[in-house]
Amino acid sequence: MRVGVVTFPGSLDDHDAQRAVRLAGGEPVALWHGDDSLRDVDAVVLPGGFSYGDYLRAGAIARFAPVMSALVPAAKGGLPVLGICNGFQILCESHLLPGAMIQNDHRTFICRDQRLRVENAATAWTSGFEQGAEITVVLKNQDGQYVADRRTLHQLEGEGRVVFRYVVEEGGRNPNGSYRDIAGITNERGNVVGLMPHPEHAVEEGYGPSLDGLTFFRSVLSSVVNA
Amino acid sequence: MTQGALDTVAAAASSPEVEQPWADLGLKSDEYDRIREILGRRPTSAELAMYSVMWSEHCSYKSSKVHLAQFSDSTEAMKEKLLVGIGENAGVVDIGDGWAVTFKVESHNHPSYVEPYQGAATGVGGIVRDIMSMGARPIAVMDALRFGALDHPDTLRVLPGIVAGVGGYGNCLGLPNIGGEVVFDSCYQGNPLVNALSVGKMRIEDIHLAKASGVGNKVVLFGAKTGGDGIGGVSVLASETFDADGPAKRPAVQVGDPFAEKVLIECCLDLYAAHVVDGIQDLGGAGLSCATSELASNGDGGMRVWLDRVPLRDASLRVEEILMSESQERMMAVVEPGRLEEFMAIAKRWDVEATVVGEVTDGKNLEVFWAGELVVDVPPRSVAHDGPVYNRPMQRPAYLDALQANVPDGLARPADGEGLKAALLALMASPNLCDKSWITNQYDRYVMGNTALATPDDSGVVRVDEETGRGVAISTDCNSRYAKLDPYAGAQLALAEAYRNVSTAGAVPLAISDCLNFGSPEDPGVMWQFAEAVRGIAEGCRTLGIPVTGGNVSLYNQTGEEAIHPTPVVAVLGVMDDVARRTRSGWKEPDQVIYLLGTTADEFGGSAWTQVAHDHLGGLPPRVDLDRERRLGEILVDASRDGLVGAAHDLSEGGLAVALAEASLRNGVGARILLDEVCERDGVDAFTLLFSETAGRAIVAVPGDEQVRFTDLCVARGFAHARIGVVDDEGGALDVQGQFTLPFAELRTAHTATLPAIFASR
Repeated sequence: MRVGVVTFPGSLDDHDAQRAVRLAGGEPVALWHGDDSLRDVDAVVLPGGFSYGDYLRAGAIARFAPVMSALVPAAKGGLPVLGICNGFQILCESHLLPGAMIQNDHRTFICRDQRLRVENAATAWTSGFEQGAEITVVLKNQDGQYVADRRTLHQLEGEGRVVFRYVVEEGGRNPNGSYRDIAGITNERGNVVGLMPHPEHAVEEGYGPSLDGLTFFRSVLSSVVNA
Repeated sequence: MTQGALDTVAAAASSPEVEQPWADLGLKSDEYDRIREILGRRPTSAELAMYSVMWSEHCSYKSSKVHLAQFSDSTEAMKEKLLVGIGENAGVVDIGDGWAVTFKVESHNHPSYVEPYQGAATGVGGIVRDIMSMGARPIAVMDALRFGALDHPDTLRVLPGIVAGVGGYGNCLGLPNIGGEVVFDSCYQGNPLVNALSVGKMRIEDIHLAKASGVGNKVVLFGAKTGGDGIGGVSVLASETFDADGPAKRPAVQVGDPFAEKVLIECCLDLYAAHVVDGIQDLGGAGLSCATSELASNGDGGMRVWLDRVPLRDASLRVEEILMSESQERMMAVVEPGRLEEFMAIAKRWDVEATVVGEVTDGKNLEVFWAGELVVDVPPRSVAHDGPVYNRPMQRPAYLDALQANVPDGLARPADGEGLKAALLALMASPNLCDKSWITNQYDRYVMGNTALATPDDSGVVRVDEETGRGVAISTDCNSRYAKLDPYAGAQLALAEAYRNVSTAGAVPLAISDCLNFGSPEDPGVMWQFAEAVRGIAEGCRTLGIPVTGGNVSLYNQTGEEAIHPTPVVAVLGVMDDVARRTRSGWKEPDQVIYLLGTTADEFGGSAWTQVAHDHLGGLPPRVDLDRERRLGEILVDASRDGLVGAAHDLSEGGLAVALAEASLRNGVGARILLDEVCERDGVDAFTLLFSETAGRAIVAVPGDEQVRFTDLCVARGFAHARIGVVDDEGGALDVQGQFTLPFAELRTAHTATLPAIFASR
């Protein structure tokens, strides 16, 4: 099972995503931003980081990278794609997912262990979870506030395409001001998932808050096998 | 390109009478005379620029050198694990299995006061390049920050910028920030301290050095273009005291581009892997002046540089400015001609601009050409290594007798349990002991996936080898209130605390780096403090048997006549066979037995309690006993290795009371504590046992069935140990029996509200 991990200049969690794929039992394949080949992989992870420095708008340059010219049609054709943090931003900029990410509402970078609720356990990347399960993974970002117009939000909610929500304590606020506490969403087909938190940092005992992240990668391995 | 009349070597030789602005560049008249003597003529303006930056306090260590020599006086045992020592970009230590780590802590104090964000950001960038230039992959950063009073308006200006700068740069580089310090004290008003640490890993055979050898080898400048930022930053900013009016030198602060540095890191690592780099040097303070002269000085020949080949961001820069510019994210490599093509291909893959700007010659001098004219012709050693050395006058400050005589013995102490509880709550809410997560949550501590411990645990721990789990622990510490009372003891206490923090995690301390922040060396009192602190660290390291691998000196940290407290920040690095076995600082398992290691005396000089309760600083700091520290360290390391402890936390600021509160709050698991026996054993009252800051102590939580093995460890080393309580996951409180019960809700509110109240609402 080959899972590609794209490295853009400024990608930071690419090796971590590769490690997560390996620990889940898959074979990580390094993909390079400047190549328009996906090297026959069975799924792709767009990792976290600051692609091309993200000085314009997070993900705005990366969507024009040669690798994306191969990835976008493949994703539309059903290839499982997971966008983590900067990868989620790139998926939005590429219009593979609706909406956009803006700066956290408190204007500072935030790194913390974050509880999420799994709202959709039917996607390529979440099939190993129970619907409604609560998981803990790492959240770390500067531009993590998910925004979309009301029509899009209605559509996402109506079609069950909100995949993860931040678990917010009563009277509390979510960590970045995201509309409707949305932490992650999927496309209509359920093969493309983007989320701000980092499942690849919850895959190894002693090096993260939990092992919940492994289920993301195991889900895609089994969904590809069963496809 | 506009260059005024070019001041060539030939012109300088034929016009000895030309007046030169040596004083404006920070040189003293005798230093200028010495340059003329070295060259046998007046310097060209380009040469003058080079000497002025390289002979500045920041680059030449001219006031500190005579004292720092003590750091090189190590025993054979201390050198055993030292692969590269003082004098290179960073020291390198052998951590076993063929792995080496390099680490260093460095200051960026003055720029961070002028421009907090960029000053702090480029401080991180600079230390990371030092680590890269040893051939290593950087694997973590830490930052030791010191600010003025928390409620001072300028702290509100400086702190958010510095924190955002440290985070903005480090986060974008993809380096986990695993720890450091945040300290508030009015002595840093107008002179905050930003000390940045980085650590990197490499295989032993991959160590690189900064030297240019091999006649005909090419000198390649790569990375960002050279611009007008940071010109004179070294000489003008770092080596002058700020006036009370504040500096008017904003453009002298460099501007950082972390993305450029990130690709530079990956590019360098690919270059090292391809073995195409013969010598390497980063461009930091003093820019090209430093890189060219140090590479040539460390080599065995001369060097020729065609300065007009340097890619510029601003075409109007003059020769002198190009030599002095401190534009960030640049490196210089020495490459064999046959490997140049490969070098350039790797740089191109990362879109890193690389330009051959010179070559190694068989001459003796560093020659710099501009438009075919020779503008610099100097012996490189005279610029880089043979700068002036001052043995400045020293005098024990006159105020010290009165300060030490002002002992805290007469200060009103809490009289009952309620008073002790109130004192603990006040300490846990105080700026220096409150929860720092408003700051540390702005740093990515997880990236790279190797972080085993990070703030607020006692030290940062990262895995180096993914196969075996071998890794390192690092802690930086300094209590400058101690150092103010006694700089010798204060420096040793900083060393002892960092050593203890690494040991509590379960790592064997191997080596130190230090960042010595002091006031003006022209003040004999400050110079005495400096000398005492250096002597303290050097002698302390000899006692503990670990070497000083390098570090940094930052002088002129003062506003007007008022110097900061002496602040010798010590970073200790330790090694663990498998970081998965590290000990955490907070307990979790109910019914584990809590032991206090070490005896307690009535020692309140410089303590957190005297500061918070009485705004008092006087007397003497706690007694130093490094032999005791070493035995404590051995116990903690052995106990961790053998799985005898569930948690371990060092005792420092705030003493036992704060340590118990922190160890409880870490996982929200409380404890029942009984102090009577220890009070009786040590002959102290409950207040003293709870708040005294006697060194060489720690608390540990031991599983019930491991108590015999654990106490055997202590007995074997003749180390005082006593059961003081048990972990209790039901009470939701820290219960000091017979004194007070402190529910977590109350404790947590006090502990966490302080920083957000000031900064989150701005």
